[in-house]
Amino acid sequence: MAATPSMTTLSNSAISDRPFVEATTSGGEVADYFALLKPRVMALVIFTALVGMTVTPSHVNPVIGAISLLMIAVGAGASGCLNMWWDADVDAVMTRTRTRPIPAGRIQPGEALSFGLTLSVGSVLVLGLAANWLSAGLLAFTIVFYAVIYSMWLKRSTAQNIVIGGAAGALPPMIGQAVVTGSIGVEGTVLFLIIFIWTPPHFWALALVKAGEYARAGIPMMPNTAGPDSTRRQILAYSVLLAPLGLAPVFLGFGGMIYGLVGLVGGLAMVALSVQVLRRREGEAANKAAMSLFGFSILYLFLLFSALLAEQGLGLFRPVLG
Amino acid sequence: MSPVPQQLTPDEIQRRRKRSIAIAMVLAALVLIFYVLTIAKLGPQVLNRPL
Repeated sequence: MAATPSMTTLSNSAISDRPFVEATTSGGEVADYFALLKPRVMALVIFTALVGMTVTPSHVNPVIGAISLLMIAVGAGASGCLNMWWDADVDAVMTRTRTRPIPAGRIQPGEALSFGLTLSVGSVLVLGLAANWLSAGLLAFTIVFYAVIYSMWLKRSTAQNIVIGGAAGALPPMIGQAVVTGSIGVEGTVLFLIIFIWTPPHFWALALVKAGEYARAGIPMMPNTAGPDSTRRQILAYSVLLAPLGLAPVFLGFGGMIYGLVGLVGGLAMVALSVQVLRRREGEAANKAAMSLFGFSILYLFLLFSALLAEQGLGLFRPVLG
Repeated sequence: MSPVPQQLTPDEIQRRRKRSIAIAMVLAALVLIFYVLTIAKLGPQVLNRPL
């Protein structure tokens, strides 16, 4: 029997009745579903996972490597989709996120949940078949950690939400290394630690500026619970820890001269900008200092990983030690 | 409670058509991925056999 394009059936689900979410029409644009995957985060995940694969002193079939990278990206996108499903009520009250597909009413929450779960299971299974089950297990852990541990539990209950939750964002290099070697090595672990320690100063710099919005949304970010001054001190502490940690690849032998230079200058700049955040506490100057740190932190991480990629991928590696 | 039939607007029909095309493309990509993956896993020796 031919389908009748003008007719469809709508069914209600408890999920669709979550508060703060506008009623929606039947299905969104393809672009809305893509937006659910947080494409910018996916791009970052592809990048860091690729670096994790590149710094590993071993090789993988390029076809298997490319498919694995795609699955890691899809898995990360799926966790972002599940995060948007769960946080639709919070997203609806924050200016930065209120135009996302669910709070804007372009996609129903139930659709996003189905989409996220399907991609989660699919990406883990294909990664397991393509590479190995350790990397698939790590991807599954990342998805569960971000969607359940961070989004559903930590985000609304503790000011350490992004500190602990940062582990999810830090895992892709480790997954990349697991794809190549089938094991967890020093290189992947060090890159994990760098992203993990980088996360608090990065997010808290933004949270200092957006503290009012987080308060309205009921999210206990550090500036709202411990206060801005304590947050500024903690930002500096993490940056001081991050600067030498960023140089660890040099001492462990997989970061060369280019990386060492970028790590040294970038690490010092992170500390200097954190000092500015600590010193400028009032008015527009305070916001400007915080946003400068936020913006530079992205550049810093990008340059660190780009340096590793250039050295290991393009053969520009020149050892600093020995 | 039984589902309630509802008339779709032309805009909704067009969106559904685009979604259907996107799903078809993803399925085709999956087929390609599994094919290429199988060949990559088997390796070049798959072609090395007596005729």
